[in-house]
Amino acid sequence: MSEVKYETVIGLEVHTELATASKIFCSCTTEFGGEPNTHCCPICTGMPGVLPVLNQKVVEFGIAVGLATDCEITLYGKFDRKNYFYPDLPKAFQISQLYLPICRNGVVAIEGEGFQKNIRIHEIHMEEDAGKLIHDPIFDTTHADYNRCGVPLLEIVSEPDFRNAEEVIAYLETLKAILQYLGVSDCKMQEGSLRADVNLSVRPLGQAEFGTRTEMKNINSFRAIARAIAAERKRQIELIEDGGRVVQETRRWDDAKGVSYAMRSKEDAQDYRYFPEPDLSPVVISEEWKEEIRKSLPMLPKERKAKYMEGYGLSSYDAGIITGIKALADYFDEVNAILGQPQEVANWLLGDFMRLAKAGEGDSFDILLSPVHLAEIILMVKNNVINRNTAKEVFAAVWQEDLDPRQYVEEHDLAMVGDGDLIKDTVAKVLAANPKTVAEFKAGKEKVLGFLVGQCMKELKGKADPATLNTLLREALQ
Amino acid sequence: MIITDEIIDYVSSLARLDLSGEEKTKIKGEIEKIIDYMEVLNTLDTTGVEPMSHVLPVTNVFREDVVAPSVPREEILANAPEADQGAFRVPKTVE
Repeated sequence: MSEVKYETVIGLEVHTELATASKIFCSCTTEFGGEPNTHCCPICTGMPGVLPVLNQKVVEFGIAVGLATDCEITLYGKFDRKNYFYPDLPKAFQISQLYLPICRNGVVAIEGEGFQKNIRIHEIHMEEDAGKLIHDPIFDTTHADYNRCGVPLLEIVSEPDFRNAEEVIAYLETLKAILQYLGVSDCKMQEGSLRADVNLSVRPLGQAEFGTRTEMKNINSFRAIARAIAAERKRQIELIEDGGRVVQETRRWDDAKGVSYAMRSKEDAQDYRYFPEPDLSPVVISEEWKEEIRKSLPMLPKERKAKYMEGYGLSSYDAGIITGIKALADYFDEVNAILGQPQEVANWLLGDFMRLAKAGEGDSFDILLSPVHLAEIILMVKNNVINRNTAKEVFAAVWQEDLDPRQYVEEHDLAMVGDGDLIKDTVAKVLAANPKTVAEFKAGKEKVLGFLVGQCMKELKGKADPATLNTLLREALQ
Repeated sequence: MIITDEIIDYVSSLARLDLSGEEKTKIKGEIEKIIDYMEVLNTLDTTGVEPMSHVLPVTNVFREDVVAPSVPREEILANAPEADQGAFRVPKTVE
């Protein structure tokens, strides 16, 4: 390796499937999955002579996302045809927006450990999703399922403003939170409702021009994106150092193998021959319509974080994590509404809770325990019914099936021994059984106290209030 | 406008058409005529005329976001050259 230092330059194209009930140009359902080709009609399968009619909600969602990312809304917009032959789109073209996309020139503020930055949005456009192709190895043919064909997408195109994977992930987390807060997408990466194409190039640090970029398509988890970025940066630098040059091409990331492959050769460069879509009328957005949507926007992650910090006294870090996931922030609000102890609730959510919620596949986040039940666990600790260790144990046990924690504590006889006499008796018993340790303590060896506490807890099956036990133990040792 | 052989090859490959030499010669002449005919439009003075994005004076033709039943799969697959396990079967396509 030479002494040249390289800078990575990344731009992102994020595709998000919109949470409308019906498809963008026909009335078929957008529901995920389903038996192949059962969510289809002549329009989304591209039968000759059919006419698309635009779903109004797609436009409203587009405006909402544009406003939430400080974009200019295109007041007079239209659709264009992107022509290509590939069996995932039976019409042989995709209806998209090239010339007059619905939003332009936005910005998303991101932050992470040690950085704060504004990422510029180049544009956001509306388009239709393509179908799913499955290769059949037996017949060596391809099976086409058009259920997803015509599901509305917003493509959010950033400027090449990222310099490393951390910034990319922070942006995706922020964008995902905004989309979820707006309710425009469920953003399930494992179901493909949030997908990112990564455009990456490298250049010697200090050089003004960009290097030649490659595009990596449809990487479907945050972890995979970080890995793909690291590998592609390395590949390009090695290529340059070896005297070669980077070829502008589309590459497919194989996350299992940790390598990417060129998908299309340069000779086969795409020529989409865009032209205005004649079957759809222009979309005119009035100031009134825009303002109406602006007024209906919910509180966004940034404001909610500020509220958690100022109103509840949470740290920027805690508030950031909780408000970064809408489901988690909503959950926080519900538990806090019952208890009115924001910091205590936050502590619970940021510990084992987070780990269990993320235990599912990919980037999924599933809260299985109802807010009322978490509130009960916290209350039992507060009221000295159970101690913290037992509370953690109860929490882990009731999570999966959302069991009633009070009932669980009763059934498993986990309530603390409130009876001071029983604790006193146990202390006496343990001290009698460990004369050597007692002597050590009396000789000034303070740390053996922990051992004695442990022995008492064991006798009491972990059901003593640690503070009470400590006090009684010290008294007995006087 | 002169249509070269390269243009014919390029356009026919984009359209996935496999043309014989005879067909290419014939089509070359036809495309030249079509382009020349369209050239007439370029003789018009369009200074100050806004580019038009649609031929009809209509805007905002929308539908409500309401789901209607899809079409039975047999009907969807009726025109498929080949179908298998409820899917369209097409020649192997790998990007």
